[in-house]
Amino acid sequence: MNYNLTAEQDMIVRSLRAFREQELEPYEAEVDRSGEVPDELGRQIKRKALEMGFYAPNLPEEIGGGGLDYKTLALFERELGKTSYGLHGYIHRPSEILLACSGDQIEQYLRPCVSGEKKEVFALTEPGAGSDILAMATNAKRDGDDFIINGSKHFISSPVIPDFAILFAWTGVQQTKRGERKLVTAFLIDRDTPGFTIERGPRCAAQRAYHTWQLSFHQCRVHQDQILGDEGQGFELADKWLKMGRVWVAAAACGKMERLLELATRYATERKQFGQAIGKFQGTSFKLADIATDLQAADLLVMHAADKADQGIMEPDDAAKAKLFASEAVGRAADSTIQIYGGMGLMEELPIERLWRDARLDRIWDGTSEIQRHIISRSLLRQYES
Amino acid sequence: MKILVCVKRVLDPQVKARVKADGSGVDLANAKMTMNPFCENALEEALRLREAGAAEEIIVASVGGGKTEETLRHGLAMGADRAIQVVTEEALEPLAIAKVLKNVAEQEEVGLVLAGKQAIDDDSNQTAQMLSALLGWSQATFCSDIKIEGDKATIIREVDAGLETIEVKMPSVMSADLRLNEPRYVKLPDVMKAKRKPMDKIELGSLGLDTTNRMTTLQVEEPEGRAAGVIVNSVGELVEKLRNEAKVI
Ligand SMILES: Cc1cc2nc3c(=O)[nH]c(=O)nc-3n(C[C@H](O)[C@H](O)[C@H](O)COP(=O)(O)OP(=O)(O)OC[C@H]3O[C@@H](n4cnc5c(N)ncnc54)[C@H](O)[C@@H]3O)c2cc1C
Ligand SMILES: Cc1cc2nc3c(=O)[nH]c(=O)nc-3n(C[C@H](O)[C@H](O)[C@H](O)COP(=O)(O)OP(=O)(O)OC[C@H]3O[C@@H](n4cnc5c(N)ncnc54)[C@H](O)[C@@H]3O)c2cc1C
Repeated sequence: MNYNLTAEQDMIVRSLRAFREQELEPYEAEVDRSGEVPDELGRQIKRKALEMGFYAPNLPEEIGGGGLDYKTLALFERELGKTSYGLHGYIHRPSEILLACSGDQIEQYLRPCVSGEKKEVFALTEPGAGSDILAMATNAKRDGDDFIINGSKHFISSPVIPDFAILFAWTGVQQTKRGERKLVTAFLIDRDTPGFTIERGPRCAAQRAYHTWQLSFHQCRVHQDQILGDEGQGFELADKWLKMGRVWVAAAACGKMERLLELATRYATERKQFGQAIGKFQGTSFKLADIATDLQAADLLVMHAADKADQGIMEPDDAAKAKLFASEAVGRAADSTIQIYGGMGLMEELPIERLWRDARLDRIWDGTSEIQRHIISRSLLRQYES
Repeated sequence: MKILVCVKRVLDPQVKARVKADGSGVDLANAKMTMNPFCENALEEALRLREAGAAEEIIVASVGGGKTEETLRHGLAMGADRAIQVVTEEALEPLAIAKVLKNVAEQEEVGLVLAGKQAIDDDSNQTAQMLSALLGWSQATFCSDIKIEGDKATIIREVDAGLETIEVKMPSVMSADLRLNEPRYVKLPDVMKAKRKPMDKIELGSLGLDTTNRMTTLQVEEPEGRAAGVIVNSVGELVEKLRNEAKVI
C-alpha cells in the first residue's frame, strides 16, 4: 500500500496542525496544572471545531459527520494526539456505536452528538470488571416493557459531564460449551433518568484535564426502546468499535512520539556539554535513532491496520499490534527524551514531563498491554488448535 | 466581477531544499510541495473580496505538470469556485507564464488578476508585472491593503521606505505581500467539496503561444554554510571586533 499522504489528507493535517497550534496547545500547560478546562475555553474550542468541520469526523456525511475514511481518521487522531485530551476532547468524535441507533434514537441521540448538542459516554468498565468485562455486575432486569438497572461503572471518561450514557449491562445468561456466559445489552440512558447518578472520579496523573466519571444505577427504570442495537447483542456491538478505538490510541501515541522526537533532536543539537553538542555522544544520538525507528514502525502498524479497516478486513490482532507497539514505544520515547534533557526534562516549564505522564495511560486504556498480547497470541494459537 | 488568482506549486518552505548531484537544479522528486505562500495571500484576498460582495466568481489558475492539480484543489478547498490547469511538464520562465495567464484572463473576461508578489522557489518577482504590461492593465505590486471602489482601487504597498498609498484604474493586476492578510485554513467539509468543483485542463501547446525559455541555467549550488557566531561580553568588545576583525566600521 501507499503510505504517502494524498493531497486531501495533507490539507486536512495542515489545517488540524494550525488548529492545534493556535487553539489548543497554548492552553495545554495551564489546564494540566489546574486539572480543569474553563467552560468558556471548552465552548470556544467546540465552536471553532464545528466551524472548521472537525466535529464528528468519524461519522458519515449523511448524518452531518466528516465522513473520513479510517486512514485519514488515523492522521486526525495522530495530529490531535500531540496535545492534551482534555482540550482536543472538545472536538468530539462520537462513539461510532451510535450508528446502531434506530427509529427515534437517531434524532434523540445520534444527530445531537454530531451537531454538538449532546455528549455521550461509553460506559463499560466497572470497579470489579476492567480487563475481564464479563465479570460485569451491572444488570438490567426486565419488568414488562421496562428494564430495571442496578450497578455502577467507573473510569468513564469525558471532558464534560455527559448528557447520556451508552451503558452496558447484563440482561441474561446463555449456556455455552464453557459454561454460563452473560448476555450483555447496550442501553441509552439520559442523565436525568431517576435512579441514575453521575459523580466526578478521582484525579488522574495522566491527561489531567480530561475527566473520568463514576456512574451509579439504583433501581433505574428505562423503557425497552432505550436498547441500542439488539437485546443481548451489546458485546458484539461494542467489540466492533472497540477495535478501532485501539487504532486511535496508537495513532495518538505516534503523534506524541513525533513531538518528543522533535523536542529531543532540537535539544541534542543545541545543548552543549564537554565542549560539544550532546547529540555527538552516542549515549544521546542512539536514543534519537531508537525513537525515530520506533515512530516509523508504529506509524506503519497504524496505517496498516487503518488500511485494512478501510477495506473491511482488519483483524483484532492488527489493531492490538498497533496499540501494543505504539503505546509502549511512546513510553520509551518519553523516558529517553527526559534523559536527553537531563534535569530540565522533568521541569513543568517544558511539555516533556506532561507527555511522559500522558503516555503512561496509553498502555492501560482501551485494553492494557497484557490484554493486547492476549489478543495477538490467541489469534496465533487458534490457528493450530483443533 | 470575476477574479483570476494565479497560484504556483513550490517546494514546501518547511523542508530543506537539496541540490541535485549534477548541479542542474533543486531535487524535487518526492519532495513535499505546497502552494506558494504569497499566492495563498492572493487567494485569501480574492475570497474576502467575494465575501464583501465585490466579486462573484474566483478562478484559480496554474501552469504546470501532473501534480499541479493538487495545488489547484487546495485553492478550491480554500474557496475558489473553479480551477484551470494549463498543462506542461516544462518549467517556464515568467514571460511565458505571463503570456499564458494573459490568455486565460482574456478568455475568462476577468476584471482583476491577483498573484503572489513572487514565488519562493525562483524569487523572480516578474510575472505580475509582465502580465499587467501584456494586458495593458494597471499594476499594483507588493500590496498590503486593497480597496476596490467602482473602476478604481486604492492600494497600500510595502516599499523599502515604508507604506505607499496609490490609486489604480480597474481592471488591474495586483500582487500580494505577506502582510496583506492571514490566509484561512481549509475546513474539512471544503476538502471534500473541492473534489467536486470543476477543473479545466488546457494543453499548453493548444494555446499557440511562443513560450520558449530565453535563459539557460548553468549551475545550481548549495549556499555556503554559515560560520558559527561568537557571543561577545561587552559593547566595547563588539565595536572592537566589528572594526578590527570584520572591518565593517
Ligand atoms: C483515564 C481513563 C479513562 C478511561 N475511559 C474509559 C471509558 O470511557 N469507558 C470505559 O468503559 N472504560 C474506560 N477506562 C477504563 C479502562 O479501559 C480500564 O482501566 C482498562 O480496561 C483496564 O482495566 P482496569 O483498570 O480495571 O485494570 P485490571 O483489569 O484490573 O488490570 C490490572 C492488571 O492486571 C492485568 N491483567 C488483567 N487481566 C489479565 C490477563 N487475562 N492476562 C494478563 N494480565 C491481565 C492488566 O493487564 C493490568 O496490568 C478508562 C480508564 C482510564 C484510566
Ligand atoms: C530535582 C533536582 C534536584 C537537583 N539538585 C541539585 C543540587 O542540589 N545541587 C546541584 O549541584 N545540582 C542539582 N541538580 C542538578 C543535577 O545534578 C543535574 O541535573 C544532572 O547532573 C544532569 O545535568 P543536566 O541536567 O544539566 O543535564 P546535562 O548534563 O545537560 O545532560 C543532558 C544529557 O546529555 C548527556 N550527556 C552529557 N554529557 C555526556 C557525555 N560526556 N557522554 C554521554 N552523554 C552525555 C546526559 O547523560 C543527559 O542525557 C538537581 C537536579 C534536579 C532535577
